[in-house]
Amino acid sequence: MTAAAEGSPARRMTRARRNALLQSEPVQGFALISPTFLYALILLVLPILVVIAHSFWTQNYLTIDRTFTLENYRIALTEPIYRDLLWRSLYISLMVSFFTVVLAYPIAYFISFHGGRHKSLWLFLITIPFWTSYLLRVMSWKVILGYNGVLNSGLMGLGIIDEPSTALLYNSTAVIITLTHAWAAFAILPIFVSLEKVDRTLVEAAKDLGDGPLRSFLRVTLPLSVPGIISAALIVMIPTVGDYVTPKLVGGKDGVMIANAIQAQFGKASNWPLGAALSVTTMLIVTLIAGTMVLIIRAAQRLAR
Amino acid sequence: MTALRRFLPGGGWLSAYAFLYVVFLYLPVIFLPIFSINTAATPKFPLSGYTLKWYEDLPRTPALLDAAWNSLVVGVSASILATVFGILAARSITRYRYPGRRAINGLIMAPLVLPEVIVAISMLLVMLQLGLSLSLFTVVLGHVLVCIPYSMTVLTSGFEGFDRSLEEASADLGESAFGTFRRVTLPMVAPAIISSLLVCFTISLDEFIIAFFLTGTDATLPIYIWGQLRFASKLPGVLALGTLLLVASFLLMTVAEILRRRAARRTQNEGGLYA
Repeated sequence: MTAAAEGSPARRMTRARRNALLQSEPVQGFALISPTFLYALILLVLPILVVIAHSFWTQNYLTIDRTFTLENYRIALTEPIYRDLLWRSLYISLMVSFFTVVLAYPIAYFISFHGGRHKSLWLFLITIPFWTSYLLRVMSWKVILGYNGVLNSGLMGLGIIDEPSTALLYNSTAVIITLTHAWAAFAILPIFVSLEKVDRTLVEAAKDLGDGPLRSFLRVTLPLSVPGIISAALIVMIPTVGDYVTPKLVGGKDGVMIANAIQAQFGKASNWPLGAALSVTTMLIVTLIAGTMVLIIRAAQRLAR
Repeated sequence: MTALRRFLPGGGWLSAYAFLYVVFLYLPVIFLPIFSINTAATPKFPLSGYTLKWYEDLPRTPALLDAAWNSLVVGVSASILATVFGILAARSITRYRYPGRRAINGLIMAPLVLPEVIVAISMLLVMLQLGLSLSLFTVVLGHVLVCIPYSMTVLTSGFEGFDRSLEEASADLGESAFGTFRRVTLPMVAPAIISSLLVCFTISLDEFIIAFFLTGTDATLPIYIWGQLRFASKLPGVLALGTLLLVASFLLMTVAEILRRRAARRTQNEGGLYA
């Protein structure tokens, strides 16, 4: 009791100070997030700035020459090898995001509209394979598609083919299949979220007004879920452009992608500035495509209204 | 037309598709355990016989044991650090409103949508420039960065719906800021925190690219596996190891999910009760 009485003026003062601080929400909120923010600044923003700086420099053996030049970008954009790798990476990532979205949409629709009480169980079921090692999932595709692989031995066992096919592995199709499988869960979640937001009364209204299930789907549900489709496509496309493991393991010569070239510049070839320029170019192109996609969709939505 | 009508209201067709899709998702993963108990050294059908020898060989490989220990050290450190950063950020995002909040959140979540190779090589460049020698420590630094977004996702779902009046009541009753956190906030969000730790540990355990670029001579489990993949004869051993990792990830994620849901339910229910 006495201790409390003695402590009370001091406590009242600290409380007054605390209340003053509590009232300035922005200060507190920012103070709280600043360690994480700083971490991201130092280990993400700063490194990317360093990469951008390197892309304008040149390297003589082990020393970096810091005179400004666009030579690396000229090489990255005009040398046939790098140009082809960039195109192929874009092609593969666009194909992968197309297939993942097309395959994922019915599932997201099924869970959202017919999942009933088991929605979260379904989502969990679908995300589990994603939590297993990426390396191992790619490797299991190698096991499936390989010369002595599951598919070949299975098809031979069934008498469909006489000798193992070499067309399955070590090409860009194998890369597309593997990546489509690997990123499936990432496409389902955003589509599911946007479908959950679709107002069910609108769908009913369309039906009451005489639209069949297909028409009400095409005219109500599908347009309303477009934001989810776009974010799913972007979430899959952006990281797959820079995928390293899959092309290395199942891509063979025809499946090499830009990340493998970037890695080579930082490894064996040891030309950091060129590797940096390739990274920056990749990031810019990806950002450009992502931005264009978002803009087109916004414009389309405005037109639809 | 009747077929279409059946399809869209989600009758048989959609369920059948959902079933096939789940099979497509799981099939490649299921081959790992199947071939890890097969006697043949090359994975192909028909299966040649049942054996556990590939598993028995695992503990006899010193390089593997080192890699497992390294993975454990990296995973525990990265998950603790990422969760601490995640708690601070998730708390700030769900509790306060301030300008720039969404931009900062976007930056923190960015590693989720950046090509991993680019994240890895940019960190590598900075670390080499700073003269940091590559080691498990640099791997931890990288893993923390990629784990924070996942930690944030888990924690925000746990913190959201958290009733602020409970904390205010505690403060008004004379509890210090730290005391309020320890005695009111922490018990309610503990499941979300544990869930975040498990998710981050799983990610770190499986992460390859960043570890591949940022490690010196020490291998983590995925790096060890990557090295083994070059030798066809080592494949069954890798499959056995992969199966064990699969089971570990699966168990960790199931526990994490149960806890995350419990956290979400707890904050919402109790908030409702006392509001």
